[in-house]
Amino acid sequence: MSLHSAGWREVSRAAPVFAALGDETRLALVARLSSEGPLSITRLTAGSAVTRQAITKHLDVLATAGLVSDVWRGRERIWELELEQMEAARTYLEHVSKRWDEALDRLKKFVEK
Amino acid sequence: MKLHNATDRIEKEIVLRAPRSRVWRALANAEEFGAWFGMKLEGTFAPGGRVHGQITLPGHGQVTIEMAIERMDPESRMSYRWHPYAVESSVDYSSEPTTLVEFQLEEVAEGTRLTVVESGFDRIPLARRAEALRMNDAGWAEELENIARHVAS
Repeated sequence: MSLHSAGWREVSRAAPVFAALGDETRLALVARLSSEGPLSITRLTAGSAVTRQAITKHLDVLATAGLVSDVWRGRERIWELELEQMEAARTYLEHVSKRWDEALDRLKKFVEK
Repeated sequence: MKLHNATDRIEKEIVLRAPRSRVWRALANAEEFGAWFGMKLEGTFAPGGRVHGQITLPGHGQVTIEMAIERMDPESRMSYRWHPYAVESSVDYSSEPTTLVEFQLEEVAEGTRLTVVESGFDRIPLARRAEALRMNDAGWAEELENIARHVAS
């Protein structure tokens, strides 16, 4: 019971990240900030069918999840990825990848003996 | 999507000098799977079934693994879902999203080419992924301590 509620608290805390990445528009925004670096709201909205107001709303959701942050430069809001979070995701995958390399090495020995 | 691919999936390929039937048995037989992977598994792999077990690799403590089997196509494909890096025994992972692991076997001149794809990592909360890394480091520290104790005694 106590274990379950501890788990649930964890899930609730991580829920914003979940919701943040579970949307096509937001995922596209993250991808653009990843490949192009920090961008102004004007640049992010240009050529998009989605309104500036809607984009801002999406960015706010991403910010709440800790995935992006904004700074004011003059009269413009510049958005950028929280690289630390992204870096954690990448490092995580490297670890899982290494674990598979080790497991497959053991499989090789196992079936070739 | 570039970023998506960069953090969402892992793909591995290895050529094993063993017939396809041998490789299949090492995957499809839960006991054999556990032997090379480093798990003590109970039950048999069947589509739609669940197999439970414990990680037996050093530095993992008491971690329970649950595999939800999806496909078992003899000597060709096997897939299952699980909670990757479910390394903290005090956390209930059951309500969190899983990753999909897919094995594919192919006969080649040298033996069998095995492909492994694990995907769906972007669905795992970032906070959980960061935590797994910390746990992993802790696990290795513990392991080094064990070795130090072993050589000192």
